[in-house]
Amino acid sequence: MTVRYAYYPGCSLEKTQRGYDESVRETFKALGQELIEIDDWNCCGATVYMSVKETVSLAVSARNLALAEKMGLDVLAPCSSCFTVLSKTNRILNEIPDMKRDVNEALTEGGLQYAGNTRVRHPLDVLMNDIGIETIRPHIKRRLNGLKIAPYYGCQIVRPDKTFDDRENPVLMDTLFRACGGDIVYYPVKVRCCGGMLMTTFEETALKLNMELLRSARENGADVIVTTCPLCHFNLEAYQDRIQKVYGNGLAVPVIYFTQLLGIALGLPSDSIGLDSAFLPLGEKITSLAEASYA
Amino acid sequence: MAHTGMALPGLMTRSEAELRQSFLKQVELIPAGELIKRCIQCGTCTGSCPVSYAMDLSPRQLIASFRAGDMETIMRSRTIWICASCYACTTRCPSGIKITDIIYALKRTAMEADKKSIAPQVQLLAKLFVSNLMSYGRLHEGTLIRKYYMKTRITKLFGFVPLALKLYKTKRLAIFPTRIKARDALSRIIRKAQEIELRAAPKPLPYSPEFVGYKGLGDMKLESRKGE
Repeated sequence: MTVRYAYYPGCSLEKTQRGYDESVRETFKALGQELIEIDDWNCCGATVYMSVKETVSLAVSARNLALAEKMGLDVLAPCSSCFTVLSKTNRILNEIPDMKRDVNEALTEGGLQYAGNTRVRHPLDVLMNDIGIETIRPHIKRRLNGLKIAPYYGCQIVRPDKTFDDRENPVLMDTLFRACGGDIVYYPVKVRCCGGMLMTTFEETALKLNMELLRSARENGADVIVTTCPLCHFNLEAYQDRIQKVYGNGLAVPVIYFTQLLGIALGLPSDSIGLDSAFLPLGEKITSLAEASYA
Repeated sequence: MAHTGMALPGLMTRSEAELRQSFLKQVELIPAGELIKRCIQCGTCTGSCPVSYAMDLSPRQLIASFRAGDMETIMRSRTIWICASCYACTTRCPSGIKITDIIYALKRTAMEADKKSIAPQVQLLAKLFVSNLMSYGRLHEGTLIRKYYMKTRITKLFGFVPLALKLYKTKRLAIFPTRIKARDALSRIIRKAQEIELRAAPKPLPYSPEFVGYKGLGDMKLESRKGE
């Protein structure tokens, strides 16, 4: 069944993380879902949270919810940070009526109103809980046989609120890739923080956090770390050289988005899911899987 | 560490009282924020925090300092700025305290009080982020990073040349920012929201030593426990 979503790519997916954007669009298309990008969406606000007034940060992110509500659709937000910020705004507006009144007064200045009817969804949630693994299974064209996968969920899609998976031990990606024939390695740091923006403000600390994520993947024999968030992805990918300079070699692991790995399993061409945008070598196993022809 | 907050138990300096008032105002905006009263000092937050090893006050000590009337120490700490808001403490707290949101409230309190910070770079990044958002409607990472390092460590900018090249080669470099069409509407929304905030801003209370411990948090809206 085709379901339509108001697609909210977020700022980093526009360009620097185009691999995530392209693979979300293509995998959803392959599974018969329709993504309609929210016209003229604005930045969700992310870390702005602390430096401006509450009403301002809520109004900025609520503009996107109001635009989606006009389309009559739920929001699909792949970036973990956007997902958390938009969900949080939604929850506050629905829980505190005074706040909703104030935010709506501000939105009126831009010709908008938000009644509170839009839900904010993450692609992993939609894939596993709406579309469902049984619907995905017949679309799997390439088995991920033998690929050892470290599923990295990061913080913001599983915390702070109980969203769509367990907060301490989420399993949706594990289930997804097992169904594709992959081998999920023991990855005890699957929800441990990558440091996010600390890579800019407290680099030393962030390098250590990311080193631990890489080391655990290596120790457990992973061929690849699979991510769900542009910030985690960027820290693990772009700083991998630097981490090895500080902590020594032997920490290299390819990093790809979960929608890219799903795209490989669905038989999508590697250019269409942005595999050509990776900084790091993808390794022989992924490369040969992505190039494998299928009947 | 110099404890300037409390002169004597039960007595507070004016600046302590003001900081507390501003912080408590922020706490009101956190759903279930008043649960901070329920801290049992177990240290689960500190044990769960991936960066507590790099903090000067652990998250548990942070709450203890607030309770003891020592906001000044909290404002000067590295802790509130190094929190990466991963919410590990919040999900595990047995008393249901929204520790991450409490730390956000402390960040705001510090920025509003314009306290000299041990980590001014965090505030700088947040401010640049806002101005970026205000001018384009979307974040342009290139502009943000360039401005940030120009104001902090300009020499580090050269270190980004290889990264920029890699981004360029993989067609991931956004050379120019994307501007949204409704920039005017967005700034009208922002201006109105600022106006609403000012309208709602409380008049400062006269100095009072009332707020020691959890006073000032209002009545606890807690479920009654058996036998009480």
